[in-house]
Amino acid sequence: MSHAAGDAYDRFASRAADYGVELTRTSPDGAAAAIEAAVEGPAVGAPLPWDGVSLPESITTDPSPADLDGATTGVTAAALAVAEYGSIVLRATPDGTEPVSLFPDRHVAVLREDDVVPDMEAAFAWFGETFRQTRDSAVIATGPSATADMGELVKGAHGPKEVHVVVLS
Amino acid sequence: MSGNSRDAKAAQIRRLLETEGEAVAANTRGFNHGRYESVAKLDDYQGLRDEARAIKEDAIERLPELIDRLRETVEENGGTVYVADDAADANRYIAEVCDDRDADRLVKSKSMTSEEIEINDHLQERGVDVVETDLGEWVLQVADEAPSHIVAPAIHKSREGIAELFNERFGPDEPLETAEELTMFAREQLLERIKEADVGMTGANFITADTGTIALVTSEGNARKSAVVPDTHVAVAGVEKVVPSVEDLQPFVELIGRSGTGQDITSYISLLTPPVDSPTVDFADPDTPITDGETDREFHLVLIDNGRMAMREDEDLRETLYCIRCSACSNTCANFQSVGGHAFGGETYSGGIATGWEAGVHGMDSAAQFNDLCTGCSRCVEACPVKIDIPWINTVVRDRLNRSGDRGQFDFLVDGLAPDAEPDGGAGLQKRLDRRRELPTFRRETLVDWFERRGPAHPPDPDRRVVLYPDLYTNHVLVERGKAAVRTLEALGVEVAVPDAPGAGRAPLSQGMIATATRKARQASATLDPYLDDGYDVVVVEPSDLAMFREDYERLLSEPAFERLAENSYELIEYVYGLVASGADADALAAGDGKSVAYHSHCQQRTMGLEAYTVALLEDRGFAVTTSDVECCGMAGSFGYKEQYYELAMDVGEHLEEQLRATDADHVVASGTSCTDQISDLLDEEPCHPVELLAPGTAGG
Repeated sequence: MSHAAGDAYDRFASRAADYGVELTRTSPDGAAAAIEAAVEGPAVGAPLPWDGVSLPESITTDPSPADLDGATTGVTAAALAVAEYGSIVLRATPDGTEPVSLFPDRHVAVLREDDVVPDMEAAFAWFGETFRQTRDSAVIATGPSATADMGELVKGAHGPKEVHVVVLS
Repeated sequence: MSGNSRDAKAAQIRRLLETEGEAVAANTRGFNHGRYESVAKLDDYQGLRDEARAIKEDAIERLPELIDRLRETVEENGGTVYVADDAADANRYIAEVCDDRDADRLVKSKSMTSEEIEINDHLQERGVDVVETDLGEWVLQVADEAPSHIVAPAIHKSREGIAELFNERFGPDEPLETAEELTMFAREQLLERIKEADVGMTGANFITADTGTIALVTSEGNARKSAVVPDTHVAVAGVEKVVPSVEDLQPFVELIGRSGTGQDITSYISLLTPPVDSPTVDFADPDTPITDGETDREFHLVLIDNGRMAMREDEDLRETLYCIRCSACSNTCANFQSVGGHAFGGETYSGGIATGWEAGVHGMDSAAQFNDLCTGCSRCVEACPVKIDIPWINTVVRDRLNRSGDRGQFDFLVDGLAPDAEPDGGAGLQKRLDRRRELPTFRRETLVDWFERRGPAHPPDPDRRVVLYPDLYTNHVLVERGKAAVRTLEALGVEVAVPDAPGAGRAPLSQGMIATATRKARQASATLDPYLDDGYDVVVVEPSDLAMFREDYERLLSEPAFERLAENSYELIEYVYGLVASGADADALAAGDGKSVAYHSHCQQRTMGLEAYTVALLEDRGFAVTTSDVECCGMAGSFGYKEQYYELAMDVGEHLEEQLRATDADHVVASGTSCTDQISDLLDEEPCHPVELLAPGTAGG
C-alpha cells in the first residue's frame, strides 16, 4: 500500500466518522470475523465480489422479500470510497446490493482499502469509464439515511439508521 | 396594482407571517448559514462554480444534439425516451404507461417537474393511487397543501403541526409526538405502500447523454426504493437536465447539497442507468428469492419541454435553464426567509429564480403574482452555484409585465428619480406609500450646491483626482455623508470634483423599466466620460449606484463604455482604504479610541465584496466593529415604503434590529440609504455613514 493510499484511508475514516459511520479495519483473513462482529440480528447479504473473501455462513444471500423485511442487517461490498466526503459507492448488482443495503436498519459495507480514492474528481473519472463500458448503476452513500422533514434531524428515514464499514487492508 | 389587490397582498403576507413565518425563517436561515460554512470548506469553490456554469452553458447551447444522443443511449440500454411538448402531453404518455402496466399504484420520489405538470391529479382521476414517498411531500399530500420550498417542501410546518395532522388523520394507538416517532411512523406507512406499488416515479437532477445515467440527489432513500421495488420506472425531467457526460456530474455533486441545505453532500447520490440491474422486490411473492429468474424491467424517460425550448431562444430567460434547483436563492433571500414559497412563488416554483421558471413554463400571470418580492438586493447572485444573474431575470420579467399594460405601478420616492414617462401622477403614488413610514426629507442645499458655493480645494500637487458622483440620495437627502466624503478625500491629498450629474438609473431599473434605466445610464456615463478622459477616478457613496456602474451597466451600456466606468469606479471607503494602503496619512482621519460600532453593510456592497474595506478601515482607526450577518435590511429602495409590503419589510428588519440592539454599540453605522432609512425606523435613531466617523474634524471617537 502506498503512502498516498494510507492518507486517503485516514481522511476517509475521519470524514465517515463525522457522519456517525462505524469503522473496522482488518486484514482479508479477518474479514469474516469482523463482518460477524459488525452484524446485528438476522442478516441478509449480497456475495462479496473478491477472491478469498466471503461472507460468514450465518448471512442469508439470495434473500426473499420476507428475508429483506425481517433482516436487521444487510451486508454488501462497497466498490469504491471517496475520502474527501467519507462516502462509499455501492454498485447496483443483479445479486441485490441495492435492496440489501437499503431495507434493513443496519448496513455493513465491506471495502478494500485500495479502493479508496481521494476525491470526487477521481470517483467520477471511475464512474465515467465504468459506466460507459457497462451501463451500470451505483449509489454514492454518505452516512445513514436521514431526514429533517419532521422538524429535526432523524437518522433512518427510508434507509438504514446505522452504517458500519469493514475495511480490508 | 389596484388598491384592492394591494390590500389582498398585504393580508396574504400578514397571514403567512403569522402562521408560517417562524418555521420558514428558522429553517431557511439554518440552510443559509450552513451554505456559508459548507462552501468555505472547499479548496476551490469559485473554480467549481465556474466549471458548473460552463457545463450548463455548453449543454443548453447543444441541447437538441444532446437530447438526440441521450435518446440513442437510453434506447441502447433498453429504455424509452419520450419528449413531451407540454404538461398535457406528458400526462397523457405517463397515464398510458400506467394503463399498459395495469397499475393501481404509483409511488413517487420528490420531483418539482412532476409538480409542474400536476401528474398526481391526472393519474388519480384515472384511478391510479399516487403516493408521495418523500416524507415532507407525504406530509403535504396528507395535509393537502402545496410545497413552500423547492427542496424542503414542508418547512412551513412545525413538528407540532405534523404531529397533530398525523394523530388526527391516522389515529395511532399512542399519539405521535417526537420527530423520531413521526419519521418512523411515516416510514412504516410508506413502506407498506411502496411494497404494493406497480410503478415507481422519480425526477432527475441531472441526466448524462453518454450513458443515460440519471443522478438523483436525496437523503431519505425513498427514491432508491421507488426505483428498485417495482418493475416499471418512469423518470420525469425537464429537457434542461441533460449534461454531456458522467464526468460533468462532479462539480454539481459537490455544489448542490452545500448550496441548498448546507450539507457537504446528501446521504445518497443515486446514479441510475435504467433499466437497472438490481432485482425487483416482489412483496406479493414474499418467499421467492429476489435473485431468482430474470429481472424484466421497463424504463421510460419523460423529458418535458413545456416552454423550455422557447426559453432557450430567449436571451434573457435562457439562463434560467442553468438552474439546478438547489434553493440557495430562496434561503439567502431576506424576503423569502420571512414569508416562504407560499407568497414568494408561483404555480410550481418558489424563490428568486422562480420568476424565470414561472414566466417560462406557466406564463406571465404566474410570474406576476410574486415578482415584486425580489428587491434586487443581489445576495442570491453569489449564492447561486451556476452564477445566474437572478435579479436581472426578475428585472426583465418586471419590464415585460409593465409593458403588458395592466400594471402601471411605478413607485418612486423622489421626484427626481421618476422616469421620464411616468404614466401615473404623484397623487396616486402618495396613496400607495405606507403611512407608517416617514418620507425622506429633502435638504435645502444639495451637496452639489454646497460644493459649488464652497469652491473646490486645490491640494498642492494632488496624487489623485476624484469625481465624487453625487448620487441622488447623497445629493438631496443624506448630504452630510457627502460633505464628510469630500473632507476625507481632500485630507488625504486628493483633488475632488462634485459636478451636477443625472441619476444612475437604479430606481427605474428596480421597477423593471429597462429602457428608462438605459437612458439614465447613458446620461450618467456621458457626464462622467470627460472626467475619465482626464484620468479622474469615480468615487461613489451609495452602494446601489456603484453596483449600477460596476455590474448592471454591463447590460445597459456598450462594452467599452461599461468596462471603462466599471474599472475606474470605487466605493468611497474602498477608495479611502486604498489611499491609506498606498501611503496616505491615515492620521489625517478621525480616531475611534476604542468606541464600539455596529455596522450593517449594504446588500449589494456585500455582493461586490466591499464590506471588508469598511470593517478594516474602521478597525485600523481604533473602532471596535461588530457586523450584522443579515442578508438585507428589508427596505430595498422603495420596496419597504409600499403599503402592501410594509409589514414584510419590518419583519425582515426585525432580525436586523435584534442584532443591532444586542451589540449596544456607541455608533450604529450603515453604508446604504435604504438601510439608513430602515434602521432609523427600527431603532428610532438615524445611523451615520462610516465616512462620517472617519472624516477629519468630526466627532469620530
